Amino acid sequence: MVSQVIKETSYGYGENDINVSKFIKENVTPYYGDDSFVCGPTERTLKIWAKVSELMKEERLAGVLDADTSTPSSITSHKPGYIDKYNEIIVGLQTDAPLKRAIMPNGGYRMVEASCKAYGLPVDEELKTIYTKYRKTHNDGVFDVYTDEIRRCRHSAILTGLPDAYGRGRIIGDYRRIALYGMDRLIQEKIEDKARLDDKVMNEETIRAREELSEQIRALKDIKTMAMSYDVDISKPAQSFKEAVQFTYFGYLAAIKDQNGAAMSLGRVSSFLDIYSERDLAAGKITEVQAQEIMDDFVIKLRMVRFLRTPEYNELFSGDPVWTTESIGGMALDGSTLVTKNSYRMLQTLINLGPAPEPNMTVLWSNNLPRGFKEYCAKVSIQTSAVQYENDDLMRDYFGDDYAIACCVSPLIIGKEMQFFGARANLAKALLYTINGGVDERTGDQVAEFEPITDEILDYDRVMEKFDKVMDWLAKTYVSALNIIHYMHDKYNYEKAQLALMDSNPVRKLGCGIAGFSVVVDSLSAIKYAKVRPIRDEDGIAKHFDIEGDYPKYGNNDDRVDSIGVDLVNRFMSKIEQYETYRNAIPTQSILTITSNVVYGKKTGDTPDGRLAGVPFSPGANPFNGRDDKGALASLCSVAKLPFKNAKDGISNTFSILPDTLGKTSSEKIYNLVGLMDGYFGNMAQHLNVNVLDRETLEDAMAHPEHYPQLTIRVSGYAVNFVKLTREQQLDVISRTFHEKI
Amino acid sequence: MSNNFATIHSIQTMGTLDGPGIRYVLFLQGCPFRCLFCHNPDTWNTIGNFSSTRDVEQNKVGFLNKKSVESLVEDVLKYQLFYKASNGGVTVSGGEPLLQIKFLKEFYKELKQYHIHTAIDTCGYVDITDDLKELLEYTDLFLLDIKHLDADKHKLLTGKPNDKVLNFLNFINNKKPIWIRQVLTPNWTMDDEYIDSLIKFLKNYNIEKVELLPYHEMGKEKYKKLGIPYRLKTRIPEKDEVNKIRELFIKNGFDTV
Repeated sequence: MVSQVIKETSYGYGENDINVSKFIKENVTPYYGDDSFVCGPTERTLKIWAKVSELMKEERLAGVLDADTSTPSSITSHKPGYIDKYNEIIVGLQTDAPLKRAIMPNGGYRMVEASCKAYGLPVDEELKTIYTKYRKTHNDGVFDVYTDEIRRCRHSAILTGLPDAYGRGRIIGDYRRIALYGMDRLIQEKIEDKARLDDKVMNEETIRAREELSEQIRALKDIKTMAMSYDVDISKPAQSFKEAVQFTYFGYLAAIKDQNGAAMSLGRVSSFLDIYSERDLAAGKITEVQAQEIMDDFVIKLRMVRFLRTPEYNELFSGDPVWTTESIGGMALDGSTLVTKNSYRMLQTLINLGPAPEPNMTVLWSNNLPRGFKEYCAKVSIQTSAVQYENDDLMRDYFGDDYAIACCVSPLIIGKEMQFFGARANLAKALLYTINGGVDERTGDQVAEFEPITDEILDYDRVMEKFDKVMDWLAKTYVSALNIIHYMHDKYNYEKAQLALMDSNPVRKLGCGIAGFSVVVDSLSAIKYAKVRPIRDEDGIAKHFDIEGDYPKYGNNDDRVDSIGVDLVNRFMSKIEQYETYRNAIPTQSILTITSNVVYGKKTGDTPDGRLAGVPFSPGANPFNGRDDKGALASLCSVAKLPFKNAKDGISNTFSILPDTLGKTSSEKIYNLVGLMDGYFGNMAQHLNVNVLDRETLEDAMAHPEHYPQLTIRVSGYAVNFVKLTREQQLDVISRTFHEKI
Repeated sequence: MSNNFATIHSIQTMGTLDGPGIRYVLFLQGCPFRCLFCHNPDTWNTIGNFSSTRDVEQNKVGFLNKKSVESLVEDVLKYQLFYKASNGGVTVSGGEPLLQIKFLKEFYKELKQYHIHTAIDTCGYVDITDDLKELLEYTDLFLLDIKHLDADKHKLLTGKPNDKVLNFLNFINNKKPIWIRQVLTPNWTMDDEYIDSLIKFLKNYNIEKVELLPYHEMGKEKYKKLGIPYRLKTRIPEKDEVNKIRELFIKNGFDTV
């Protein structure tokens, strides 16, 4: 069924109204069938992928395959690059050669220099002079303003991973707009938006808006120029499936040439693009094999996104993650499904090209998704462990039906909302500061001033009363740091390409976050239900905790402790909400650590739950490794209790299950995994990473990484090539709870 | 002890191997058989779950884990969404669940109020009583273990004759769906003659599914811990042997896994 609307408007829907969502709703063809139509890879695809795989192998051994360290990256900085010019369908690379990395010094020059040194790459002296003498960076700006207190918090790692030396990311341009409207129309819209500000009083806000719009208009023109360098004219709307994919990709490519952001997500393009493939299929212009081939080629490009980053950064977020997150499926507000054949094609790339961490495949799960699609997702999960799931039935109420996931778990309305990424506050450390009066347990530094708790046995009520005050202080320092960071990021490293593909006055969110969630919850439970005795050193600092008796542990569906977790989420959110935010951003929070749980653990001393100094935290909102011993469902139910309304930036849960535990036959396994997710999301949980694999495979991959170049595992909101993790992270993953039968 | 309590061995909230879908599997304590191939000897004793030989030697009563119908129902309901979403439900296994038939009756009667699918994983060594007749009303599926068709071998293998088991099968036949489970043990239940006789025998009944469970030795550790001699001398069957038998069943029209 091809909609008349597309034909009549020649893909330029709605005269003065940029509204991709409406276009999708009016033209999409929901697909209710199964995966029998899906095609395997063509020979051409396999040939190109083999070539890329070979390059990736070289890259894995060298760390970085190649880099251009003398040309700061911009939308038009590099000549066109190809893998195999005459055989590629979708074209465009970040630089002039595959996997060749570029530098982006606007975030901070020091990071560029450190990356070059770490990989033995030459440092361009002229650039160094420019960026240290003449051109200020985001990083310089932030440190001009940081207070001593913020510096102390950063140093002691109670606030970590702050995007003050790297691109903040987490912004999703609506890359689909280029395909739907063509660049000329988008430029015109922005010119009109700017003109609307002509008569306004030139106050700071108007001046900034006009400057930003000028930047955006230039960026849009640059994207057109970049596309032309590949002999593709994007000034008018796309007229075919191939063009629609290509135009959309150019928008994304511009973003990753302009920004080395922590998470550079793609949005929700599959079902949008399906409208074009349906039209071409119906007109006999392409076959199913070709439709799949175009998606395969697109995904090969998305797997090749690279940034030059420092080893310290890799320690936090390992394995070159880009978070090219693509949100797939979901339901429309009218109750129809947004699952299309192209949703299948997107997931099928994991089979055709083998598993891979990018793009970050994210299925928006609804109880009402077509059965065939649910089973297909489960099948792909069991086969690849490369898919994550997020609860559309939960998020649709808050975000409508055209939102996408930024990074791992953060929903944003596409083209209308942006995020100021805020990393996370280490609440486990905050609890230790409560006990130690603001003295850091590792360094002995007085980071903040509180009255220490000197009781021989910790008293729950007293600890909570003081902990509450420490959280007040922490939230204030945290929000202050973020305000500074985002002020400077806007000023020195503005995301012109991405914001040009959004509405001109987007809603801004301030994405705060919690690290050490399960550690704090279990610690408070131990203090409440067992006897916890701090063992203090000569300076009175609690270095260890003796626990007498047992206590209920988070992850066992036990309300006595799970309610402490719920309270913690609500409480810290209310703390953050107290403070003024930059550009009136709406504060949100996530319970998400990605792989940084290892580093946070390393920097945090013994905790009252019995965890020893240096031991990794559990990732995101996961129960502490090995403490969720009442089985998979109990563990899932505990996490599902955490209130999304006070953690609208996402609640991450990573779940690993042994293949045999899902059932005896492959169809049983699929059926049960679908049931597992229907049950979990029916309990109003938000997110689930699904790994179906066994420990032995991972151990073997540690011993023989060369045998497992594509072994993919979901860690916390993203997937990663297991062999690219640091050794510590690999051990952490292996030590996590694998749900198995008794 | 009141009908309202069960002596339990353990609970698995996400069972996928004992009946359809995702299931709450309740393992009860106590068994009339002493199967040579049993991998859960810790469920045998009716007085409790001894955790080690030392407990037995010191004449300590094992840890008696009692749970009431109410608390178990409440626990099941916590996970209800998962069971419904996967067309799963509750399976009571053991040990031998029918040893605690009065509890089972109350438990399943209550679960039926919530339309939860109920299964019993049994060895069928039970008298046909009014309790059993009533329990049938609340039970949706029987997973029945056939240990051996031959009376003498049955006795050698389990310590008890098989007459009750066969009576039980006759009793539930055509009343409720039946899944037959046969452990495949070399020298005991894998030769052509035995398999032939089993297929012939089962053709007389209304069997929904056959589950062939290849013998494994994962229980050996538990015997050691409990100080019980491991008497079975056999080997683990090869995959090919098991597949051959499975195909025979399938060829004869049985849905077999």
